[in-house]
Amino acid sequence: MDPKQITRRWFFEQCGVGLGAAALAQLFAESGFAAQQPHFAPKAKRVIFLFMAGAPSHLELFDRKPQLAKFDGTLPPPELLKGYRAAFINPNSKLLGPKFGFKTYGKSGTELGELLPHLGEIVDDVAIVKSMVTDAFNHAPGQLLMNTGTMQFGRPSMGAWVLYGLGSETKDLPGFVVFSSGSKGPSGGDSCWGSGFLPTFYQGVQFRTGGDPVLYLSNPPGVDRELQRDSLDALNQLNTMRAGVTGDPEIQTRINSFEMAFRMQAVAPDLMDISKEPKETLEMYGAEPGKASFANNCLLARRLVEKGVRFVQLYHEAWDQHSNLVKDLQKNCVNTDQASAALIKDLKRRGLLDDTLVIWGGEFGRTPMVQGGSDGRDHHPNAFTMWMAGGGIKAGARLGETDDLGFNVVKDRVHVHDLHATMLHLLGFDHTRLTYKFQGRNFRLTDVAGSVVKELLA
Amino acid sequence: MRGALLLLAVGSAMAADIDFTRDVQPILAENCVRCHGPNAPMAGLRLDGQPKPSSVILTRVTASDPKVRMPMGGPALTGAKVDVIRQWVLGGGKHWAFVPPVKPKAAGIDALMVEKLTHEGLKMSPEADRATLLRRASLDIIGLPPTPAELDAFLTDQRPNAWERQIDRLLASPYYGERWGRVWLDAARYADSNGYEKDAPRYVWFYRDWVINALNRDLPYNQFIIEQIAGDLLPNATQDQKVATGFLRNSMLNEEGGVDPEQFRMEAMYDRMDAIGKGILGITIQCAQCHDHKYDPLTQEEYYRLFAFVNDTHDANITVYTPAQQAKREALLRRIGELQAKAPAIPPDQTDWRVLKLTVDDISTGGERELPLADGSMLAQGYAPTKHTVEFTAPSELDTVAAVRLELLTHPSLPGGGPGRSIKGMGALTEFTVDVAYPDAPMKFEKIKIARATADINPPETPLDPVFDDKSGRKRVTGPIEFALDGKDETSWGIDAGPGRRNQARKAVFELETPLKNAKNAIFRIRLKQNAGGSNSDDNENHNLGRIRLSISSTPDPVVTPPVDPAVEALWREYPEGTTQLVLMDRGSDHRQTHILNRGDFLQPGRVVEPGTPAFLHPSQGKDRLSFARWLVDPKSPTTARSIVNRVWQQYFGIGIVATAENFGTQADAPSNQALLDWLAVDFMENGWSLKKLQKTIAMSATYRQSSNATPELLSKDPDNRLLARGPRFRVDAEVVHDIALSASGLLNREIGGPSVYPPAPAFLFKPPASYGPKMWKVEEGPERYRRALYTFRFRSVPFPTLQAFDAPNGEMACVRRARSNTPLQALSTLNEPLFVEAAQALARRVLKEGGATDRERVAYAFRLATARVPAADESAVLLGLLEKEDHRIADGWVGAKELGGTVEPPAGTTPRQVAAWTAVARVILNLDETITKE
Repeated sequence: MDPKQITRRWFFEQCGVGLGAAALAQLFAESGFAAQQPHFAPKAKRVIFLFMAGAPSHLELFDRKPQLAKFDGTLPPPELLKGYRAAFINPNSKLLGPKFGFKTYGKSGTELGELLPHLGEIVDDVAIVKSMVTDAFNHAPGQLLMNTGTMQFGRPSMGAWVLYGLGSETKDLPGFVVFSSGSKGPSGGDSCWGSGFLPTFYQGVQFRTGGDPVLYLSNPPGVDRELQRDSLDALNQLNTMRAGVTGDPEIQTRINSFEMAFRMQAVAPDLMDISKEPKETLEMYGAEPGKASFANNCLLARRLVEKGVRFVQLYHEAWDQHSNLVKDLQKNCVNTDQASAALIKDLKRRGLLDDTLVIWGGEFGRTPMVQGGSDGRDHHPNAFTMWMAGGGIKAGARLGETDDLGFNVVKDRVHVHDLHATMLHLLGFDHTRLTYKFQGRNFRLTDVAGSVVKELLA
Repeated sequence: MRGALLLLAVGSAMAADIDFTRDVQPILAENCVRCHGPNAPMAGLRLDGQPKPSSVILTRVTASDPKVRMPMGGPALTGAKVDVIRQWVLGGGKHWAFVPPVKPKAAGIDALMVEKLTHEGLKMSPEADRATLLRRASLDIIGLPPTPAELDAFLTDQRPNAWERQIDRLLASPYYGERWGRVWLDAARYADSNGYEKDAPRYVWFYRDWVINALNRDLPYNQFIIEQIAGDLLPNATQDQKVATGFLRNSMLNEEGGVDPEQFRMEAMYDRMDAIGKGILGITIQCAQCHDHKYDPLTQEEYYRLFAFVNDTHDANITVYTPAQQAKREALLRRIGELQAKAPAIPPDQTDWRVLKLTVDDISTGGERELPLADGSMLAQGYAPTKHTVEFTAPSELDTVAAVRLELLTHPSLPGGGPGRSIKGMGALTEFTVDVAYPDAPMKFEKIKIARATADINPPETPLDPVFDDKSGRKRVTGPIEFALDGKDETSWGIDAGPGRRNQARKAVFELETPLKNAKNAIFRIRLKQNAGGSNSDDNENHNLGRIRLSISSTPDPVVTPPVDPAVEALWREYPEGTTQLVLMDRGSDHRQTHILNRGDFLQPGRVVEPGTPAFLHPSQGKDRLSFARWLVDPKSPTTARSIVNRVWQQYFGIGIVATAENFGTQADAPSNQALLDWLAVDFMENGWSLKKLQKTIAMSATYRQSSNATPELLSKDPDNRLLARGPRFRVDAEVVHDIALSASGLLNREIGGPSVYPPAPAFLFKPPASYGPKMWKVEEGPERYRRALYTFRFRSVPFPTLQAFDAPNGEMACVRRARSNTPLQALSTLNEPLFVEAAQALARRVLKEGGATDRERVAYAFRLATARVPAADESAVLLGLLEKEDHRIADGWVGAKELGGTVEPPAGTTPRQVAAWTAVARVILNLDETITKE
């Protein structure tokens, strides 16, 4: 029998009343049934997005530019700067040669910045796109574009879209979870994981590594698990009585919500407790129980997707190197490189990488021109690098090329919209058809643009 | 969640717009053409082929007399078919919503509802019981549950107009403005911070209070709109009318480092247009920002013509005063004026000053942007670093240079008008230096020695305000102009003359030790060091100069510091400290042109357009903003009245007559009962656009007073209750959820208006890495802790968690229809969040104190405080069972009495154990579905 029919029958039996649209939608979402029919068989069932907020320098980490080194200290060609807007610097600033060397990694012989040795270990599992472009050169708009497909506020984030498309696979946890590490929160704030005009059920829920992982998860003082259970039992009885009088199916949804909250109270703290992970695993990630770090968050991301969480996003807001380029890049890579690579390794050995899409990147790149003395780079939307792995991504794919200065993309341009289209494709959706009607028109994550990057598909 | 499957319910009823061939012809063919066809048409009327729409058709199909009603001898057309005919006839082919509403024949909500229900084969549900009704109306009209005394008064009121008296009482309550103010503030995208990355606090609560007051005094809705769009342009505009334009200023402001201010001014303009479209017109016009509207008859040019009405403005920031402050201020100013009339006039500058044509070094500004103005001054915009040194260069046009003058000028966009950028519009100059280079060696700058500086304000040495604490531990001060020459980072020239005299232009003159000769074409390099700000550039801690102008002169021309009159000074010290408020201000003769922007990109301006209104709507009487405001609320404006009555209806019934409250255009959901919508809209306008009268009409209707209990039949026929064969039952808005808990528990602080407050919230939310920058959130420990949720400070990037969980919008864009979700995070909020727990504890104490002698009475009392009704026996039994069990568990030491019940002293004669056990019961009652639901 069609699973929807099973639910429908269950619902009628349970509630003895007609089917409220809201209750039904909620129930489908909770029960793990796809809210939308996929357009074709998905390769990826879930996504982990490692958002390197602040925008890492492609020039030090991925995109080796010997010519940039050669022309260090000279002005860029004027024709390059025509119509170019920079955030802080006068665009006509001197070029700054890469601050770090590059090394060759993997069977593929891929060149990566010397600060990324761990990525080097898994580089053959990873697809690298050096030809990313975006439209925004300020952080908040850039992060919004990367998350929602537009620089304007009020649109659903990609995690919300994915959850709307695929539904949730967990009855105990939110389907879209967000972590934050680094020196500050993301510039786009809460809207980076908002549900926009989609029902709020789809919005990302922030977890944190210290204290309550979810806001108000702990019982208040004096309330033990038994009292909480007693309270819920009383609530359920009273709410059920009221449902009998009013006939409102929404009350059953409320009962379900309270029960899910209660289960979350039990499940989430255990899930967040990484102290029982094998020592070898902790070491692989560089995770330390009880500490707030990107490494811990990577390990938690794996634990969450194992439990059926559909979309996990880790923000590491630390990459805005207007100055201290050398020191901060070193620090950031120490904080993130090992854990990012460990996540891929861990997912792979658990057989999860095949249907888990991992995406790494920031909201834009950095200028080949210097900011300040000789140790900073400004925001740069024309070219940057991202990498992806698992979930139907072609391992070892190398896509895109920039010019000799890493300023403009010269081959296989991939816009943020194309990244979104590709991600949705891997999840089983034609990005032009995963839509939601609002204000009289059908909206989609890719707005009116985007095409699937075929070269990245396995 | 309700929104998700809405279309199932009504989508089949009719299409959003009327297409003759698709919608009308089949109805005519089926019902009319047999008699009104080509062969001997009755009454000579032919309805085959492409007949012209005629009102007689509508009159006859809607007639109630079966002898007149068409189709003659057959059953009446269904409501959906009548609506199609209505739209076709009234529109003359035009989309129904773009034709001004006409009052249908049948009068009143109930008549029109019954007509519709009869067509659908349904009938109204019986009236709800009185307790339910009073709670429903109280939550709807004032957003608070009825007190036991209010309930008792109504339940025992035998007078025939008892219900009307209650509605009148509620509409006259000052809490009405708070409840409905919040509804409007959604559309006004109100929040207390700027949004984007920095998301610094802003001061706009005067606007919020204006909304509350305007609704409480039932300012006619057309006037309400006019003041918000162009209150400043009304003759002799009052402070209130200026504050009202804060509606348009509620747009976000990006002060991230390195932004182009014009880019984000345009974003704000788009947001304003969107708010006008959704909030006032009920038409989504956003699409036409980039291209002609695909569905509605709005071209891109027409969009920018509308835009032009609002574009010619300053985004201003004025100082405002409470009524008491205003009175005091006027009295003081009069006294000071009298005293100063006798003072000698200050002589004007004597020399011809030559304004320097400045070029700013972009790197030096630290992300701030300097906008050159026509008079040679530079206006600082965008990011405001707390410490920086701005460097300008300019050629000398004089041969001899003896002095340099620095003017600090005011500007509408600066806080309070400036001349600085701090919250109060202040700035401080830490160090002033001038270097010169000559044309033969243009990069070789030499320092120029300054002999003496004079200024028109020289305050005594004063420690910096705590807001400018840079956490260095150093003693930092402002003082006389000499502080700008002393080479010390801790001392700056200050210009704060205190309230009343703060926001005015200032100047300082720097006399060179040796006048420069042969200086023509020499290059001056002037550095303005501004290091008197605080530690956090992500907050309002800057102390920067806002608008400056530099000039040179051949003769030294010291500034005279005005003499000080102790009597006048004493009066100034009494002057009240105002608050700033974002408003719109006319640009006077300094007009700003509007271009069509290619693809909505401000870097691609096209043709210049004049202000004007779209061709498919009625014309505007003028080209200024006030004409535009009047055009919006012209009775001929087809959607304005419909849009607001629909939103009021939506608040009462959970869903609008047009479900897509933000859009009445051709892509809108069809109205569930257009005749009713039009009747309400016309009646509203006929009643002087009175929102209170509209609300009374709704609340008095039998439709509103129906029981909300649903039968399986009703649920299957009309799951979303669009036809309203039963009363509304849905979870209340986020703020009401919060206010019910505070009200039932007795904690609620009912004070109205004032600055926003900081109820408990987890501290980590306001610190990195949860928040981008550190934000101030000093949790209220006094009565402010228990204010209505309307007053909770709203950071756009860090929404208040419990309000967010219950779908309160975060002010990023106009919202005229909230989502209504039902999620586990809501359950965690009401079960575990500290304020809700405090409410449970307070309710426990209240029940022990006031609730009667027996546990059964107390249960009934607590239950009634939350739900307005007395629990049934089986319901009481559940709560009494819980009470007994938890009481034992407390006695046995499983649960700590003071932990659970809190540390507030128990009411006289009761024990902490009792408070704790009742806290468990109260917590359940406050968490009931019924408690947070309007039934």
